Amino acid sequence: MNPVLKLLAQRIALSLFLLLMISALIFAGTMILPGDVAQSILGQSATPEALANLRADLGLNDPPLTRYFEWLFGALQGDLGTALTSGQDITSAIGSRLSNTLFLAFWAAIIAVPLAIFLGLLAVRYKDRWPDKLISGVTLASISIPEFLIGYVLMYLIAVKLRWFPSVAMINDSMSLWQKLNSIALPVAVLTLVVLAHMMRMTRAAILNVMQSAYIETAELKGLSTFKVIWRHAFPNSVAPIVNVVMLNLAYLVVGVVVIEVVFVYPGMGQYLVDHVSKRDVPVVQACGLIFAAVYIGLNMVADIVSILSNPRLRHPK
Amino acid sequence: MSEPLLKVRDLKIGATVYPPGEKPHDIEIVHGVSFDLMPGKVLGLIGESGAGKSTIGLSSMAYGRGGVKITGGEVWVNGRDILKSKLSDIRKLRGGEVTYVSQSAAASFNPAKTIMEQVIEASVEQGKFSRKVAEDRARNLFAKLGLPDPDNIGARYPHQVSGGQLQRCMTALALCPEPDLVVFDEPTTALDVTTQIDVLMAIKEAIRDTGVAALYITHDLAVVAQVSDDIMVLRHGETVEYGTVDQIINNPQEEYTQALVSVRSIEHEEKAPTEEPVLSVRNITARYQGTKFDVLHNVNVDLYPGQTLAVVGESGSGKSTLARVITGLLPPREGEIYFNGRTLTPDFKHRSREDLRELQMIYQMADVAMNPRQTVGTIIGRPLEFYFGLRGSEKRKRIIELLDEIELGESFMDRYPAELSGGQKQRVCIARALAAKPKMIICDEVTSALDPLVADGILKLLLNLQKIEDVAYLFITHDLATVRAISDNIAVMYKGKVQRYGGKTQVLSPPFDDYTDLLLSSVPEMKLGWLEEVIANRKMESAGN
Repeated sequence: MNPVLKLLAQRIALSLFLLLMISALIFAGTMILPGDVAQSILGQSATPEALANLRADLGLNDPPLTRYFEWLFGALQGDLGTALTSGQDITSAIGSRLSNTLFLAFWAAIIAVPLAIFLGLLAVRYKDRWPDKLISGVTLASISIPEFLIGYVLMYLIAVKLRWFPSVAMINDSMSLWQKLNSIALPVAVLTLVVLAHMMRMTRAAILNVMQSAYIETAELKGLSTFKVIWRHAFPNSVAPIVNVVMLNLAYLVVGVVVIEVVFVYPGMGQYLVDHVSKRDVPVVQACGLIFAAVYIGLNMVADIVSILSNPRLRHPK
Repeated sequence: MSEPLLKVRDLKIGATVYPPGEKPHDIEIVHGVSFDLMPGKVLGLIGESGAGKSTIGLSSMAYGRGGVKITGGEVWVNGRDILKSKLSDIRKLRGGEVTYVSQSAAASFNPAKTIMEQVIEASVEQGKFSRKVAEDRARNLFAKLGLPDPDNIGARYPHQVSGGQLQRCMTALALCPEPDLVVFDEPTTALDVTTQIDVLMAIKEAIRDTGVAALYITHDLAVVAQVSDDIMVLRHGETVEYGTVDQIINNPQEEYTQALVSVRSIEHEEKAPTEEPVLSVRNITARYQGTKFDVLHNVNVDLYPGQTLAVVGESGSGKSTLARVITGLLPPREGEIYFNGRTLTPDFKHRSREDLRELQMIYQMADVAMNPRQTVGTIIGRPLEFYFGLRGSEKRKRIIELLDEIELGESFMDRYPAELSGGQKQRVCIARALAAKPKMIICDEVTSALDPLVADGILKLLLNLQKIEDVAYLFITHDLATVRAISDNIAVMYKGKVQRYGGKTQVLSPPFDDYTDLLLSSVPEMKLGWLEEVIANRKMESAGN
């Protein structure tokens, strides 16, 4: 078998195994939480009979292992159960929320990733000169300030004072793409500022590491301009570490936007999760946890696959 | 008479140094060198490491490696002083008019791009040829340089071809833009001898056929004599002697040049095997873990007390693996090793302290074989404590004795490895091995990383110490001149087998088998026209192709 295919198969199998373990952890974690779902649904005044009936209805009396496998097989078929508090089907409720979160993450990534890599290249090109220091300083400052603070500051300056974009990022299906983009401009800007520094600094470090190689000297002695040397000869050899950090940040854009969604009242997964955690709606929390874990594991798997494929020795064996 | 293509006048080059314990400061490493190179001619720059030869070569492209700066003088290429040119003009010169072939093609090719992309890049970038024309030129050059499958080799990645082939690809890379001058910086040094002459011949023919001028930089006078018209001998950044090849080789004026020409002057009488061998290797077959192929096949050799067995072969012949088997780092699959008349345990972890003491080792890379944070005294003192329990003044006395034996003396005791030259470091490693009072020492390519004159000194020292300490050497090397200089017995290894084995005179006298013949004839000789002669008389192809 081709060694690359074997490596990729191993990596994918590992991810699936990891996801299975995580699902068990999530289930076990929500099991050991104190409190009783039936009690919290019916409130303090519920009669013991009503509580017992509801428990039986919800299947809370079955052994945990049975409930785990029922939940897992349901999830595999796209059935995440029903929300206890509203009685809604979780899959359909999450569906629109998830697509909103992915929409926001997608546009933030579209801006942040190329910008971070470009700034990284620029910092290498002008290493230790003022553009490098400026880029490093600004990105470091933006990552150091808490994201909700950046959010409120931008909201005050851009939405309230300048009135360029709305301060609340409400979107719905009837809006055109342009209206949606206008609506999410501020959260996208904040997210970009938050993830920029990490990716940019990794790009800079990974490329500088490669710049010591003898083949960089060869390229310089071909009379290439410094930027071409960096872009054509250094960048392709530093893809693996860069992709890894990009994927980590993309994962953050999906699972870590809770704060931003709350600040901008954006109807995404984060807001949905926070609402249901406070209501102790266990099936929803489990479903959100599983989806976030899948996103994290999936993106890291993509990073590893790209790293494997970017290695010419693996791609083109002798 | 036409104008010189390259005219260098009073070139001065400086660098920033960072000595341990001192402030970084600037020093001058090339002190006013001048020479002319006419179109289509080849000038050989020769000298030891640190002579400034690479630095001078790169200055013809107005390039300083690392912290190296050109501080004075003039470098005229095609009638203009490039040290006064704008960066954009220098970029046109680099890769267009002047190109560069480095020592290690393996490191100088970008691993992420195909060979063809890299070979044609400068031509296309400089606007010399269209992509299509450049690719045709590259394929022609691949064919001219004797690369296999010249039409398709460009599509391969650097790791998919051998070291010798990659060095030819690098030559094609340099010739593709049709430059006026190529700087060859030790292009064959990293190759095996039998591969070296093929690459050398390919380079020589390419230079002749394209009419390009070349600066040929090397530390090997015998090699440069084969390709150059003129030779400049450099030492410590200064010109020692500058003349035609014929004059430098056949009638050197300066003492230093004479020493270079007559290097390896050691005369060593072969000793006859008399007593019982100190080491007997019997029917050793070995392979590395997780592999399916034996790298040693049924190897049998003997080493006699106080004598030297040279194990000679090219990279991949199994000579270093044999050393690993003897030291117990790689237990063999079959066969046995007898040491001092007893059977040696295959795995070093189970060997007695006496066995470990009596079998010592010296390595190729002296700098990485020593702890940089320990003084010379600590390094040599360690085996004295470990094997003999010496302490205090007794230990100190013995360390001084050993330092005297390696001709360094007491003053070196408190120095750190970073303060020593390459040859001095290797001497300290020898003293460390001798401190254990071993019966035998395995010397693994111990002179390969050293300049010829320094290597010569190390070999003389080893022979001298052999007389005093009566120690036996298993001497692993790819260099036949070294073998001639010091061995009593020789084992020629080829593809994991002992191809030829016996006393020195017998092994080095005809009739030869084809491989030994190829190996012996490939050693560059200090005589003009040697290269053509040897290529014409070859019986088999070298393995590196």
